[in-house]
Amino acid sequence: MGLFAELRQSISDVTASLFSGEADEPKRIGIYGPPNAGKTTLANRIARDWTGDAIGPESHVPHETRRARRKENVEIERDGRTVSIDIVDTPGVATKVDYEEFVEHGMEKDEAVRRSREATEGVAEAMHWLREDVDGVIYVLDATTDPFTQVNTMLIGIIESRDLPVLILANKTDLEDANIQRIKNAFPQHDTIPLSALEGDNMDEVYDEIATKFG
Amino acid sequence: MPEIEHEDGVQIDFISGERMEGKTSMEKIRLILDGVHDGNIVVLERGLSPDEESKLIEVTMSEINPDGFSGIEIESFPRSETNDGGFLNRLMGKNSSSKLTVIGPANQIKSLHKDDTLISALISRK
Repeated sequence: MGLFAELRQSISDVTASLFSGEADEPKRIGIYGPPNAGKTTLANRIARDWTGDAIGPESHVPHETRRARRKENVEIERDGRTVSIDIVDTPGVATKVDYEEFVEHGMEKDEAVRRSREATEGVAEAMHWLREDVDGVIYVLDATTDPFTQVNTMLIGIIESRDLPVLILANKTDLEDANIQRIKNAFPQHDTIPLSALEGDNMDEVYDEIATKFG
Repeated sequence: MPEIEHEDGVQIDFISGERMEGKTSMEKIRLILDGVHDGNIVVLERGLSPDEESKLIEVTMSEINPDGFSGIEIESFPRSETNDGGFLNRLMGKNSSSKLTVIGPANQIKSLHKDDTLISALISRK
């Protein structure tokens, strides 16, 4: 390519990027964590606070969320500026799914097998999103349970290896057994914010951190 | 991987880092999961990279079926932060850190615990 052609191409590229709006596209923030950490409760809390709509159904039965769900253009206002993000609520990540676990929750075998198949597809989908399609991660942990699990270690390792910005949330602080310090000790290299997504406690700090981290 | 004749025992395969060197991600994952499907416990001297761990979870999920395979249990020692290899190495797909990793069938590993220096597994027969 000659010098003039190269120059013309460069100008064309710059002009295209200026007017494509790419820089203003909302970042896709994946909500990740193990099953039953309260990811969908948090996603619904954020979506309701800023758009008025929920994202998906919440349940105490593990793997209630079996498909990644995206809520686009959630505009969070902090200190006079607006941060626009897409919230992606993902299925809880596990290394095993046993249909008998659902039978123990009162399901018939056929229903339990169907649910476990959907759950495995959901986990695989969540991993794919993490590798390909998210720009940042909100990692949700149940503060009443031990955070030193292999799934948490692996997922945080995967997030770090991709250099994705991550915010760790210690959820369920409304429960008596919640231990926030244990989560801070498990991942001292990251910011950990306590909250109760169910009660809406400390959401102001969560939104401040989202705006800082992902804005 | 050669299958040792065993009627009522559990086979444990210790796989050296050297044996894994030069294998693609999918070859490593296949080697691990083929062993686990046979009811073996697989011990990796050097573990997997984060990207390979992500794919291992994804492939494991695709192979779970209600007739016998419910997934894997996996534990590894924490990755040494001082031996991380840095951003450039990770960008180039290199991972200089090594971490012993134990992987087995979820329905045979009754408990798998670890701290920074010990992994302890209680394994049942098939």
